[in-house]
Amino acid sequence: MKFIPHTEKDIEEMLHEIGISSIDELFEDIPEEIKLKRDLNLPPPLNELELKNEIDEILSLNLKLKRIFLGGGAYFHFIPATVNYVLSRGEFYTSYTPYQPELSQGILQALFEFQSILSDLTHADVTNSSMYDGATSLVEAIFMAERIKKRGKVLVSRSLNPEYNEVLKTYLPPREITLDYIDFNENGEVPLEKLKEKVKEGYSSFVIQSPNYFGIIENLKEIGKILKESDTLFILTITEGISLGILKPPFDFGVDILAMEGQSFGIPLSFGGPYLGILQTKKEYIREIPGRIIGETKDRNGKRAYVMTLRAREQDIKRDKATSNICTNNSLNALAALVYLSTLGPSGFKKVAEINYKKAHYLAKRLIDEGFELKFKNLKFFNEFVLKLNIEPIRLKEKLSLVGIEGGIPLRYFGLDDSYLFTVTEMNSREDIELLVCALKEG
Amino acid sequence: MKTLKELSKKGSNKFEIEDDLAFFEVEKLNEDYLREEVEIPDVSEVTLIRHFINLSKLNYGVDLNFYPLGSCTMKYNPKINEEVAKKEDFLYLHPLLSIEYVQGTLKILWELQEFLKEITGMDAFTLQPAAGAHGEYTGLRIMWEYFKDKGERRKKVILPDSAHGTNPASSSMLGLEVVEIESKDGMVDPEKLKEVVDENTFALMLTNPNTLGFFEKDILKISEILKSKGALLYYDGANLNGFIGIARPGDMGFDCVHLNLHKTFSTPHGGGGPGSGPVGVKEFLAKYLPFPVIEKNEDDFFYFSKPERTIGKVRSFFGNFTVLLKGYLYIRELGSEGLKEVAKLSVLNANYIKEKLKKYYPSPFDRVVKHECVLSGKIYKEYGVKTLDIAKRLMDYGFHPPTIYFPHIVDEALMIEPTETESKETLDEFIEAMIKISEEIKTNPTLVKNAPHTTYISRPDEVRAVKELKVKW
Repeated sequence: MKFIPHTEKDIEEMLHEIGISSIDELFEDIPEEIKLKRDLNLPPPLNELELKNEIDEILSLNLKLKRIFLGGGAYFHFIPATVNYVLSRGEFYTSYTPYQPELSQGILQALFEFQSILSDLTHADVTNSSMYDGATSLVEAIFMAERIKKRGKVLVSRSLNPEYNEVLKTYLPPREITLDYIDFNENGEVPLEKLKEKVKEGYSSFVIQSPNYFGIIENLKEIGKILKESDTLFILTITEGISLGILKPPFDFGVDILAMEGQSFGIPLSFGGPYLGILQTKKEYIREIPGRIIGETKDRNGKRAYVMTLRAREQDIKRDKATSNICTNNSLNALAALVYLSTLGPSGFKKVAEINYKKAHYLAKRLIDEGFELKFKNLKFFNEFVLKLNIEPIRLKEKLSLVGIEGGIPLRYFGLDDSYLFTVTEMNSREDIELLVCALKEG
Repeated sequence: MKTLKELSKKGSNKFEIEDDLAFFEVEKLNEDYLREEVEIPDVSEVTLIRHFINLSKLNYGVDLNFYPLGSCTMKYNPKINEEVAKKEDFLYLHPLLSIEYVQGTLKILWELQEFLKEITGMDAFTLQPAAGAHGEYTGLRIMWEYFKDKGERRKKVILPDSAHGTNPASSSMLGLEVVEIESKDGMVDPEKLKEVVDENTFALMLTNPNTLGFFEKDILKISEILKSKGALLYYDGANLNGFIGIARPGDMGFDCVHLNLHKTFSTPHGGGGPGSGPVGVKEFLAKYLPFPVIEKNEDDFFYFSKPERTIGKVRSFFGNFTVLLKGYLYIRELGSEGLKEVAKLSVLNANYIKEKLKKYYPSPFDRVVKHECVLSGKIYKEYGVKTLDIAKRLMDYGFHPPTIYFPHIVDEALMIEPTETESKETLDEFIEAMIKISEEIKTNPTLVKNAPHTTYISRPDEVRAVKELKVKW
């Protein structure tokens, strides 16, 4: 009877009020033949202390690693204490979707501020109040572009995160949207001349990630020009939001829809989730963007108030005509991102981005100095890059595990059998970096 | 309240971060790429904390009081689960770590899969979907692949008129067509169903207990009707709380289910998410599950596998891990007996409210309900008072209002879901407030129509919000 406050006497009184003699009578409408005639086969219940001990025991099966040089769409960043402090407020985390604005001004204003801070960061006109993750945001972005252009075709840069690519391959076929790819060149970038030719085939949108899966910052300025000329919608994906601390706001380059992963903004790695899908667009497409949007208005007394707005696009009202089926989003993580960004402030956020950039370049330089080679000679990478290594993935793992390091994502997905992706963030100290260089050098 | 931007003052933020590579000069990007200014509010840490704590005070959560939002299952969230989920051992796990390093984590996920199979009577599970509606999509996508493999292009999804709005929306995400059928006495009528099910029927999506709180008593007949035409039966698990441990969707003929972990298994809703929507299927659909699926070998080593005809991935990585973890902890705390008590007491609470209030808020349907009941404010229309007004007036009594105007088949609907964690005292206070409001409507309807009177803001102008769209500061 854990978490159930009723006493025996309460139950008796309630049964009496209903006019029945046992709770079981309330289940008489369930046909006997489908009632479960046994207990569920589950482990016996645990009290708090037992539970804690049990979890510690299970966790002892995990091996602790301190030095992680892994990225690839999920990034290990420092999270200031303010984030957890704010998120731990029961008024935030035990609330629901703000259907009643009078009792939800706290989360509504926070989500409005989230929309605003993210719009400022990328120069978007509109940011919705969150999606599940970056990959599903990208799906919605492509669907949006299809609603606008209706060409049944999308062109995707091959250097997209494989996780995202796999999600696209699930979502697009039933909607009869053809998925075409454009390969990266020897520089690890999308080849601009080829792109110019390819988009003439008439796609609703072109999808590119920047920094791309290899960490390389794409030439968004030129891409924007090419897409504009060909009347193709420009969908940008960002998996490492920290890069925005040093990179120009993407909407300055003519981006139409931005589908982004916000995990880097104060959200722990948590073995892959929950993360934060960010979806943004220009004002002209506001009615095409799915999910919740918070708007500012006034109450009856003229006081500033926030509400969920443009509800008519949503599934609970429009049903099968809705822009999407999204209902639960990731509000709490949107709040985390807001607290994170405002804790760092303009100078702190820029500083963190600069350090990420610098540290990855330092590792690359140290490796080059030691005779290693980068797969792409392109030095326009952010906090990750591709290293050429003639070694089996299993051997690399063994070698690095000896010094408590895990890093280097094999790139076989891209047919690059001799290449590994290494990521460096502010969480990797100079000492860690030297240790990695040493470990790679040996044997 | 002021916004962060209004609180911003240049130079206030003193955030620092160590740079142990100060000596290293890195070549900068050129100006085509490089940003000049980062436009983020500039506030001190103390200003920031006060801002957010003051915002939290303008918000209502289960930790404050009763939150009887129908079909949302706003139950109490055990604090120990939060504490465990905040362990660094969980938070710092990169999803691409080698599986040897994360055997404990995988053990939790694998066991959760097993628990959910047992609870629902299904044969296989995926934990990947991030929310209930995302689970709906995943389940339908699996079924879509199944029909494709059979060389069939069925298009018709049948939905009762009481269905959740996500059901039709998820169907149309897959290009399927929705056919709505009218309920009879608040339930699916097998005779009517027979008339619409044919060789083009893809599936029937059913919430059971349905959104009126009724158990679909003809479920076995319904299942037979669909099977006779080769169509599938989909279970919307939003209302599992009403019979968890008492009966199982898998024993009723459902082929595919999604659960809302954040509802039935008590993981906080976080102001509208993150949630988690695992999907369970019968054996014949298991080969279509998204990858990776977690498996265990005879040496108790956990590993990932890719089902033979997998639909692919429905999101990045493995799902909302910390939400899954809280669901796992909840099941470990309660066990079989505890989960059964959840169903029993949530149903007792719902029927208690319904019995005590049905005289004041009569609904066209008066029957035993499961974990939620639907009442109606229709009789107060003659005083010019709508259900919306009743909902707003409840706030003055310190309660979050129930779900209103849903399901659509009840005029001026009030959908109340008390959950098992509310005490008799809380329910009595709520009932008393509802009765008082019914008296106020007769004696002073203006008071109710102008409610709420005690909240931070009075009713906001929703029309203005649309007309003068302002979606950023």
